[in-house]
Amino acid sequence: MSGAELGLAVSVFLACAVEAVEALTIVLAVGTTRSMSSALCGVGAAAAGLAALVGALGPALTSLPIDVLRVGVGGLLLVFGLQWLRKAILRAAGLRALHDEQAAFAHEAEAARAAGRAAGFDGYSFSVAFKGVLLEGLEVAFIVLTFGANQHRIGLAALAAAVAVALVVAAGFAIRAPLARVPENTMKFAVGVMLSSFGTFWGAEGAGASWPGNDAALLVIIPALVAISLALVALIRRASAPRASRPRPAVSGP
Amino acid sequence: MTSVGRVLRGVWDFVVGDDWLVALGVAVAIAATALVATSTVPAWWVLPVAVVGLLADSLRRAARGSRR
Repeated sequence: MSGAELGLAVSVFLACAVEAVEALTIVLAVGTTRSMSSALCGVGAAAAGLAALVGALGPALTSLPIDVLRVGVGGLLLVFGLQWLRKAILRAAGLRALHDEQAAFAHEAEAARAAGRAAGFDGYSFSVAFKGVLLEGLEVAFIVLTFGANQHRIGLAALAAAVAVALVVAAGFAIRAPLARVPENTMKFAVGVMLSSFGTFWGAEGAGASWPGNDAALLVIIPALVAISLALVALIRRASAPRASRPRPAVSGP
Repeated sequence: MTSVGRVLRGVWDFVVGDDWLVALGVAVAIAATALVATSTVPAWWVLPVAVVGLLADSLRRAARGSRR
């Protein structure tokens, strides 16, 4: 497996694991409160829809000329990755609330109880689980398609996504509770860095630039973006700290 | 809002997110890279510099907004 393929697999795995944790919280909330079988039907329908999307768009994307694909995919990955990275930096700096799976679970479970109960197949559980998995899964499908198509490895990207979902689902159903201890923001930070780094690399290549060292340039781009992002977290924290907690400048004279 | 409008709005929110200036900046930076690549000057540095600038500017605006 090449370095770029490893980057693809790690990025897709992390992105998929984070989204799967959030989708699992929704499914468990409606499933344990109302009807697990109806919720699982919703999960199956959404998963089939996402697989059909990847299956239909994947071959169409891989048939595009490589430079068109790189500039288009690079640009989209960069826009998408910068969104993830920006939110993760704001959360790490304390300017945006961290995603709380326990609170999300309690909110969904309360809404499910308040919705009333129908006998037999539970349409509420089906539709909430369907929407939750579809919306969380769309971001993953987008990453699988763009990352996979650019390297002509959609199969590898889909495999990494499937492994992440299987692990999260197994853990969630083993404890039958939301996975509140997963370091979601750290994972989102890592995904944001990977998407932005690969987006920068492919976007520039597609636009006609040649990287010094070719693929090895990624070994500089990724750590550099990590360092810059951490520096930005520190800067924002410092700028946002209450003035009273800052050290006072030394006062001289009478 | 019509259903087509809702779909377009959803696609916009999904791809562009809550800071459209970043998306615009990425498009301009890729165009600038393509322009520099036609000259004798190396073009690989344009996009990384733009990415750092766009990220820092977007965070600065978000931080300023949250402090208000």
